[in-house]
Parts: sequence; structure tokens; C-alpha cells
Amino acid sequence: MKVREIVGLLDAKVFAGADQLDLEVQSACGADLMSDVMAFVKERVVLLTGLMNPQALRTADLLDIKVVVFVRGKKPTPDLVAMAEESGMILMTTKYSMFLACGRLYEAGLRGGGVREIS
Amino acid sequence: MKLTYSIPSMDFSAAGKASTDVKKTLAQLGLDRDLVKRIAVAMYEGEMNIAIHGGGGTAEIEFSPDRIDILLVDRGPGIADIALAMTEGFSTASEEVRSMGFGAGMGLPNMKRNADEMTVESRVGEGTSVRMRFLLGAARCA
Repeated sequence: MKVREIVGLLDAKVFAGADQLDLEVQSACGADLMSDVMAFVKERVVLLTGLMNPQALRTADLLDIKVVVFVRGKKPTPDLVAMAEESGMILMTTKYSMFLACGRLYEAGLRGGGVREIS
Repeated sequence: MKLTYSIPSMDFSAAGKASTDVKKTLAQLGLDRDLVKRIAVAMYEGEMNIAIHGGGGTAEIEFSPDRIDILLVDRGPGIADIALAMTEGFSTASEEVRSMGFGAGMGLPNMKRNADEMTVESRVGEGTSVRMRFLLGAARCA
């Protein structure tokens, strides 16, 4: 799925990386705890999170995640936008909650994600 | 080559910068992308542990032709039960730390999963040290 399509599905406002919306993603990860992101993330991922701080972007950067969506209408601060631009990331905000945002992407066919057996 | 970083306690704006720097260095060395990501994740989890639980400490990254060794040392309260701390989901993090996006109880397990070898040594009241080894150019047995 192209990031451009995600922007439309989530009725999102793009704050950084608007020139990269033709990028393809294969899976999504919705999480507010960054260790969970690090435990599950694979390749070509869009991260949806309610955590709006430098650690969310730092985690994404370390995992080569190029697309971050802040849920629940959280508008990124200028320092976060600058950080995303410096890392070459696409940063956007959606008015939808985590549940609704993930549901919209899943319904549109973005199915890949981390699955682990119950130990 | 050896890199050394001082990691401050509870400084969430700085925490993770050492890992970001190490990742950039590894990428510049032309190492395999998957290996770089594994090292970056393990180092980042360790760095956050030092900042959150360890009262600050140090990270040393040593590059050898066949491996990369990371030594993380903190000045924290120590871990009374290492096996319990290695359990996925077990966390002693405060609500404040959780609100910053940490404390999922996945830190040490994530480090172990990503490293080829890992040892944890801890003394209650003195601190904790974690050694991780990443092998270069060898097939990984996960």
C-alpha cells in the first residue's frame, strides 16, 4: 500500500516527508510502548502511536521505520517535525483513535504485522 | 576500534542518542542491514534500561574483525532475580516511565533475542552489567 493511500484512509495531515508519499509499506504496528514495537516490527512498516515524544521517533529511526502516524489528533511539536525531517521520515496525524485508525488500514488490505505464539 | 558513551539517568531527551550514533557508525562500516538493526535495537533497550533503572552508567562498543561486543554497566539498585527480569512482560517501571513509552517488560528479552550471546551480572545495591556479542559474517542460529 502506498503511503498516499494511508493519508487518504486516515484523513491525515502530513507534517513531514510530503514529497515521499509514493513509498510502499507492507505492514503496520500500533503501539504506545516502544519495546513492543521493537519486539514485533518487520520490514516496510507504518507505526501508529499515541506516544508523541522524541523516543517514538528515535525508536522508529533505529528500526528503519519511515512512516509514523500520531493517532487521536495529536499534532507534533516543531522539534518532532524537525527530527522527522532530519531522519527522512514521513510524519502525519490522524483524527482517528488507535483502534479506528488500525481498523481502517486493515480493512483496506494492510494485513501484515507481528504475530508471536503464546509461550 | 572502541566507542564509549556516558548515559545519564532519566534524561529522556538524551536517551537513545548513543544507540543512534552506534547505528550510524555500523551503517557506515557497511555491515549487513539486518545485523545493524539487531545491534541498534539491543543497544537501545540497554541504553534505556541504564537511563530508567540504572541511575546512569556507561556503554562500550568494541569492534573486532569477527564480532562486535557491547558492555553496558550501570550504577543502579541491581536485579535480585535475573530470571524473573528476563521474563517477557515483567517490569518494575513506574507509571511516569510508562507514560514515556517504556516499561513494557520487553527490554532484556529483546536484547537477548537480538544478540548472539548475552550475559547479565548483577549485585543488589551495586549495579548491573550486561555483555552482548554479535558475530559478523556467520549464519545466525536463532
